[in-house]
Amino acid sequence: MYEFEFERPGSISDAVAALKTDEAQALGGGQTLIPTMKQRLANPAKLVSLTGIGEMQGVCVEDDGALTIGGATPHAVVAEKAAASYPALAALAGNIGDPAVRNRGTIGGSLANNDPSACYPAAALASGAVIVTNAREIPADDYFQGMFATALEEGEIITSVRFPVPRAANYQKFDQAASRFALVGVFVARFDDGVRVAVTGASEDGVFRWSEAEAALGSDFSAAALDGLALPADGMIGDLHGTPEYRAHLAAVLTRRAVQAAA
Amino acid sequence: MPKDSGIGASPKRREDVRFLTGTGNYTDDINLRGQAYVHFLRSDVAHGRINGVNTDAAEGMPGVVRIFTGADFEGVGGLPCGWQVTDRHGEVMQEPAHPVLAQGKVRHVGDPIAAVVAETYEQARDAAEAIEVDIEDLPAVIDMKAALKDGAPKVHDDLTSNLCYDWGFVEENREAVDEAIRNAAHVTTLELVNQRLVANPMEPRVAVGDYSRANDESTLYTTSQNPHVIRLLMGAFVLGIPEHKLRVVAPDVGGGFGSKIFHYAEEAFCTFAARQLNRPVKWTSSRSEAFLSDAQGRDHVTKIELALDGDNNFVALRTDTHANMGAYLSTFSTSVPTWLHGVLMAGNYKTPLIYVNVKAVFTNTVPVDAYRGAGRPEATFQLERVIDKAARELGVDPIALRRQNFITEFPYATPVAVEYDTGDYVATMDKLEEIADLSGFAARRAESEKRGKLRGLGVNCYIEACGIAPSALVGQLGARAGLYDAATVRVNATGSISVMVGAHSHGQGHETAFPQVVAEMLGIDESMVDIVHGDSSRIPFGMGTYGSRSLAVCGSAMVRATEKIINKSKKIAAHLMEASEADIELKDGQFTVAGTDKSVAWGDVTLAAYVPHNYPLEEIEPGLEETAFYDPANFTYPAGAYACEVEVDPETGKVTIERFAAADDFGNVVNPMIVDGQVHGGLAQGIGQALLEGCVYDADGQLLSASYMDYAMPRADDLPFYSVDHSCQTPCTHNPLGVKGCGEAGAIGSPPSVVNAVVDALQSGGHKVDHVDMPLTPSRVWAAMQG
Ligand SMILES: Cc1cc2nc3c(=O)[nH]c(=O)nc-3n(C[C@H](O)[C@H](O)[C@H](O)COP(=O)(O)OP(=O)(O)OC[C@H]3O[C@@H](n4cnc5c(N)ncnc54)[C@H](O)[C@@H]3O)c2cc1C
Repeated sequence: MYEFEFERPGSISDAVAALKTDEAQALGGGQTLIPTMKQRLANPAKLVSLTGIGEMQGVCVEDDGALTIGGATPHAVVAEKAAASYPALAALAGNIGDPAVRNRGTIGGSLANNDPSACYPAAALASGAVIVTNAREIPADDYFQGMFATALEEGEIITSVRFPVPRAANYQKFDQAASRFALVGVFVARFDDGVRVAVTGASEDGVFRWSEAEAALGSDFSAAALDGLALPADGMIGDLHGTPEYRAHLAAVLTRRAVQAAA
Repeated sequence: MPKDSGIGASPKRREDVRFLTGTGNYTDDINLRGQAYVHFLRSDVAHGRINGVNTDAAEGMPGVVRIFTGADFEGVGGLPCGWQVTDRHGEVMQEPAHPVLAQGKVRHVGDPIAAVVAETYEQARDAAEAIEVDIEDLPAVIDMKAALKDGAPKVHDDLTSNLCYDWGFVEENREAVDEAIRNAAHVTTLELVNQRLVANPMEPRVAVGDYSRANDESTLYTTSQNPHVIRLLMGAFVLGIPEHKLRVVAPDVGGGFGSKIFHYAEEAFCTFAARQLNRPVKWTSSRSEAFLSDAQGRDHVTKIELALDGDNNFVALRTDTHANMGAYLSTFSTSVPTWLHGVLMAGNYKTPLIYVNVKAVFTNTVPVDAYRGAGRPEATFQLERVIDKAARELGVDPIALRRQNFITEFPYATPVAVEYDTGDYVATMDKLEEIADLSGFAARRAESEKRGKLRGLGVNCYIEACGIAPSALVGQLGARAGLYDAATVRVNATGSISVMVGAHSHGQGHETAFPQVVAEMLGIDESMVDIVHGDSSRIPFGMGTYGSRSLAVCGSAMVRATEKIINKSKKIAAHLMEASEADIELKDGQFTVAGTDKSVAWGDVTLAAYVPHNYPLEEIEPGLEETAFYDPANFTYPAGAYACEVEVDPETGKVTIERFAAADDFGNVVNPMIVDGQVHGGLAQGIGQALLEGCVYDADGQLLSASYMDYAMPRADDLPFYSVDHSCQTPCTHNPLGVKGCGEAGAIGSPPSVVNAVVDALQSGGHKVDHVDMPLTPSRVWAAMQG
């Protein structure tokens, strides 16, 4: 690790100010950033920890039924506090990494990092969530811009994430054997006005919506509605753990299973 | 009634108290006054010519003590290979130099180029980044068959090719085997890969070199399975330090699995640098470095042919294997695919004709050497897979085919040069059928099918050669060291005992099991006996722990030394009781005169030995301390039968292990609980190989599986509850305890049964799959189902 300065502000405005200095970087739970720094692959001059900001913590149900999660809320808190209001999301959070990762890692850090195999991006995209930052509100459909790429500007902080709560939802995660991130993960969310299906782990462009499946499920929310639908292997990730063909196949299997579990 | 102490009892492992309470003393816990730290700058290309290493800027960085490069080691020896293999044509193997720091070329990603010694680790790393290395990239050879093609880039320019040796065994059988295969009623052929693995002991390697100018003594603290082997190799071949000036200490070691047998560059470096700098130098491997610098395991590509007659008797076996050596010859690398692999090809079967061909190949990858099982898993895997395939081709029951061909009479001389002293393969198979509840399989399969899952059953046998090894024999075969072991039993005045052993415990539980033997022999309480190991200045010159040898070889030395103690203490007791030595009996810690009520206690005798006021000084010396060296007459041959039941999800290709049963014959068992634990651990590693683990390089020699994000280690929830049995016991005929060794069995015996089970499951689902290469990842199994 290289040397760095450390700040732990108590408010969003102080954090935003602290991030204005040269080479400063936000620190959530550090579950991605700290290992990267230990390997000397990242070299921020200053870390601005977001974990001391009260207004970025916690889970609450809004008047319209939407669920707002503070940007610095750890996965373990989401797993516990969202269990009643949005069980599929709580289950997803409760199955990220191991207890240490869940107690430190945050929703904001996960969405900011946008690892192509991460779980939260699938939930945010399938739920049609809104990513709220210190500067603006970004709909999930505009937020994810490819592997490790997002709409966030330099120094912009995810302060909270607002999830509309679907009528029914389910997340199917197929573990990559080594990392136990998603080799492929599929989040299916059924709303009154339609169905959204988001696939993580599979595409070289990061998390994406499977629109053919959404259309089919919109008129008939059953596994049978997906018969004959397949994703092309083209553009899927191929690595030690799975070929593009396998990932495309798996996405379809998991979508069916998610529908069955949600129905 | 299970015993509660002595041989056959299962006292809890006494060493676990310190391991589980954080009070162990591992090498990284050792910090010496004035210690400096070294960071190795490692090659990030697999093959390249070093045109220059400029350390000028780095030398001036804060905290830098000195920077070493290959040039500093020009007058120093290279890392030696401990086994010289002679090839089919009578030529000795090609043996390249292995410098401590790269000279002229780098040959794998991770090859150390420079070593920065600084006041702190971070300063050493900072300075390493300021070193300018001018490397000209050369094309890398990664694939073994490509490496042997004419015109392939050479890993070592001064060798004639990338072929280390072309070994044939038994060469005289070659034509007869070819002939038998040509004329056989049926020949089953299988091509397979035994993939490369990373050993991944929980504790990464560490070395601390120390030097005392006052008496010109060097000390190396290191994570080793065999401190005396390191002292021998490093002292004699690398640094030229005589034994009496070199101490090697391997304190608590957190697992080795073979990878800590070998002598590594970092150990030699720390010892060398400590002398040069006159201060201690410490290196602690990071996990990432371990992936690039610990010797790796397996990596064989094999074609095997099994010939059967019209009655399904095995008539001949022929194998053709390419074995990857990596870029340099690690200490025992050359023996693994030959003498630990070829000589096991008979397995449990009376195949009369066998020929094994192994081509060992240099590639631009991390060196490969022994990993739990070492050669024997590779032999077992191919043999047990090809037998399974033959049974399926012939439409016969795989267990029946095995039983029909079992060796049933012992001793049995195999056509591949070894003589099995004892065994009972029918008994272990019978036991397996019982504990695995094979008769209930059909019902379990039907139940799985109801849930849409394919269920498969895989069975295999294994045999291994342990208790390594008879020195005279291995000397003829090319070993450059003896493989005896040694123990000193030091009885103290009050009767307590320290046993100094050459074996090294790095998870095996010697500190618990060895005292059980001594205590039983003397009839005293186990708590009176302690084991001392791991320090060349405290223990006799033994050869350490690997090849499931500790109890069979070192334990035998300990028994012999204890017998000497008993003999001498009987003389003392006879003197004390004014009786004839021949009448003295030792039982429950009491010496008695046969036929009388006279007795003296163990403690009276030991005290007399050290306070010899009333003592036969004209006949025997005072004191009670004996040493024995033991060189085994033969290998030991543990054997067994394993069964695995899997479920395959036909939609995703995911394999889950539903049941696993292991029936082993380890001969006599000293501590059944420890043996269970050894089998459990071995099974975890074998199942890990079968389903999860794989070390993969890309075509340029970059390691793709370079961290736990991509290298899948087995976790508890990947594994079933095991059914383990070692009640079938045919005691070893040639060592005093009748023990055979249990450390590697699980890892040797389990991969074939897993793969056999998956193939069985897939065939039950109508898929025409007769082999899938390990690891059986969901992606691979799914692809196999697609045809
Ligand atoms: C062993 C292990 C297993 C894991 N398994 C899974 C898994 O199964 N599924 C999964 O989805 N993830 C997994 N993760 C990742 C984990 O969820 C991380 O917590 C997450 O990726 C990053 O969150 P963090 O809070 O730790 O962010 P950090 O590591 O602190 O930061 C990550 C990046 O986000 C930025 N950042 C952090 N917070 C904010 C914010 N509020 N606004 C803007 N930028 C911010 C940082 O500057 C940095 O660039 C695993 C991690 C580990 C170590």
